Amino acid sequence: MALLQISEPGQSPQPHQRKNAVGIDLGTTNSLVATVRSGSEVILPDEQGRDLLPSVVHYESEGVSCVGYEAAEHNSSDPLNTLSSIKRLLGRGVADIKTLGDSLPYEFTTDDGGMPKINTVHGAVSPIQVSSEILRKLAGRAELTLGGMLDGAVITVPAYFDDAQRQATKDAATLAGIKVLRLLNEPTAAAIAYGLDAEEFDDESQQRTIAVYDLGGGTFDISILRLSKGVFEVLATGGNSALGGDDFDHAIANWLRTELDMGETLNVYEQRVLLEVAKSTKEELSINNQVELDILDTRLVLTRDCMHQLIDDLIEQTLTACKRSMRDANIKADSIDEVVLVGGSTRMPRVAAKVSELFGLEPKCTIDPDLVVAMGAAKQADVLVGNNSTADMLLLDVIPLSLGIETMGGLTEKIIHRNTTIPVAKAQEFTTFKDGQTAMSIHVVQGDRELVSDCRSLARFELRGIPPMVAGSAKIQVSYQVDADGLLNVSARELSSGVESRIEVKPSYGLSDTEITQMLQDSFSHARDDMRLRALREQQVEADRMLEDLRAAIEKDGQSLLDESELQCLQVTLDELKQLRDNTDDHRQLAAQIEVVGKTSEEFAARRMDASIKQALAGLSLDDALK
Amino acid sequence: MNNSKNFFEIFSLAVAWEVDFEQLDIKFRTLQKALHPDRFANKNDFEKRLAVQTAATINQAYETIKNPLSRAQYLLQLKDLDASQEKHITSDGQFLMDQMLLREALAEIRGSENAKEALVSLSIEAQQTAAKIQSEFASQYQQKAYNEAFESLAKMQFAIKFIDDINELEAELEDL
Repeated sequence: MALLQISEPGQSPQPHQRKNAVGIDLGTTNSLVATVRSGSEVILPDEQGRDLLPSVVHYESEGVSCVGYEAAEHNSSDPLNTLSSIKRLLGRGVADIKTLGDSLPYEFTTDDGGMPKINTVHGAVSPIQVSSEILRKLAGRAELTLGGMLDGAVITVPAYFDDAQRQATKDAATLAGIKVLRLLNEPTAAAIAYGLDAEEFDDESQQRTIAVYDLGGGTFDISILRLSKGVFEVLATGGNSALGGDDFDHAIANWLRTELDMGETLNVYEQRVLLEVAKSTKEELSINNQVELDILDTRLVLTRDCMHQLIDDLIEQTLTACKRSMRDANIKADSIDEVVLVGGSTRMPRVAAKVSELFGLEPKCTIDPDLVVAMGAAKQADVLVGNNSTADMLLLDVIPLSLGIETMGGLTEKIIHRNTTIPVAKAQEFTTFKDGQTAMSIHVVQGDRELVSDCRSLARFELRGIPPMVAGSAKIQVSYQVDADGLLNVSARELSSGVESRIEVKPSYGLSDTEITQMLQDSFSHARDDMRLRALREQQVEADRMLEDLRAAIEKDGQSLLDESELQCLQVTLDELKQLRDNTDDHRQLAAQIEVVGKTSEEFAARRMDASIKQALAGLSLDDALK
Repeated sequence: MNNSKNFFEIFSLAVAWEVDFEQLDIKFRTLQKALHPDRFANKNDFEKRLAVQTAATINQAYETIKNPLSRAQYLLQLKDLDASQEKHITSDGQFLMDQMLLREALAEIRGSENAKEALVSLSIEAQQTAAKIQSEFASQYQQKAYNEAFESLAKMQFAIKFIDDINELEAELEDL
């Protein structure tokens, strides 16, 4: 049912122009979708009024049978086809799976890419596919509630996710047909939701330092942020993308296994049962001092103190990461003004107490720690999509792990250091080793350890087409760029000849673009008309956006930045676009004209960028003068 | 963005060793507010790429000016002098001797009983040394004594590397 919306003055320019933007928290245990309605963030519940969607997908032979609560019901009866905690596998390789050990009771196979897949009755599925099912479900929920196609989504990721894990998340969204406005770090999203910004600051120089402690089901993040008027600046971030509440469950399950004399190897069914008992025991011990268990005809008692002994080491690991981040940020615990708790696992009193002890502060958790990330993401999505033009909000995030390349002897050479503000670009020069050498290979890794084998392999690049020269005389410049999503891009150029070298990227654990396109086509093949309609609709939206955008830009800057013929040329291509937009039903034709307009307007865009730099600082000097 | 601008010009700052950091911070945030890729999330791919490049340049300019070592290097580079690390070494024997003694002191701290206290006092000494070298650089640069400035730059590299090593040991001790 569509409700009549009445918005605050200035919040929404015109109701029909308002775009559908959502924030999605893709969690290890639960996922959520939120949007901004009448100026405040709300979680979009399912038809039964439930906010959360358990991150569980159940497969049967024909494919996905259900996602969420329904899927979770198959947990014990059909464990091998009921996939949960899949986020722990996202963007990971076979070697990682081995270290995660028996915590993931599935059967794996590997494809050529080195990416593990899970065997189900439906065949082997990749973690990216499983995640895309969860995203698709949430997007569907949002489209139903908002009454239309989504214009874009902000999807949150743990701050400590590396490039491969981020790329995998983005690929999952693409596969689910979602336009990603931004990948946003979870702790940063939480800071936004708390609105720890604008209102409380009177002038530019006032600032506050906060720590966001985020312990979820499978990941841990700590971020130290400096807030000033409208600016969220991440100073340092750290964590462990394979540590969370799940590990507490495993510790308790292990204790149960020993107490019950169940031996070293358990079957999948036993594992699931023990884990479920462990999980409910953990939750009960957050309320009561001890729990009595009746399991396999044995009576057991677990006290809170006894549980603490099982999990304290894990909590200690998170505190060590907090200390390291404070050191990276060059900040002492006593200069932190506020600590915010995020993630379901911070509900445990032991966790809250330990965090409070470390920072010497009573942590803040006035927003439900399960919902806060999605709400922050929704707020950011609303700004990015252009619904809230009055928002004066800026996020400056950092790269969580250093980027480097492999050098002689299996050592890493760092190119971009951890906690560098993104976007960031660095260039490096290489030369050839042999006479007439025309190719070279570069291995890009992410991590802060000395040895390549201790870091995460991101990609291997083959540079080809280097003109044959005497050894040492070719100059190959390799540029690394990390965008605002924390994603890496590499390009290379031979400087002395100006030849652009071709790069072949082989992602170490991911999908290539062709694979994604193929999977997208597969998923639509049984609904070809549907796909065509959707593609056309998408291009129409893009055309509208472009028309609106460029017309506004021309009105504002056309006279000052373009000469007569440039202006006319741009106008003509725009008119053609409008003509096609209204008359064609061929999405390819429309896409082609969008590209023409894009190309024609490139120079204009570049000039506008330069003009806005001047303008931004000019405005400032004026302010200064008035002071 | 217009590539002919140097990093100081990006922030409308004078090319100089002395920097008003409060002004730098304000200008940095103002520029990023106007040009960050988040302002272009809804634009076409070309504009998005342009915004990423521009924001990356602003970040790099900000970091370069903020950090004393890279600022010193960059100032000399702007004089068309090659300030890359390999080419400049210091021939100041006394300085090198002092550095060796400091390094020995650091090595001895590891495993000693009152390591933390010793580290704190060593850290203070190292900070003072670094500050002294920086002020020497500042006056040499001012007087256009670039050869001497290069020598100070080399010393600065030593001193800052030493501070990094102290911090690393401090981190190690804390994690134990």
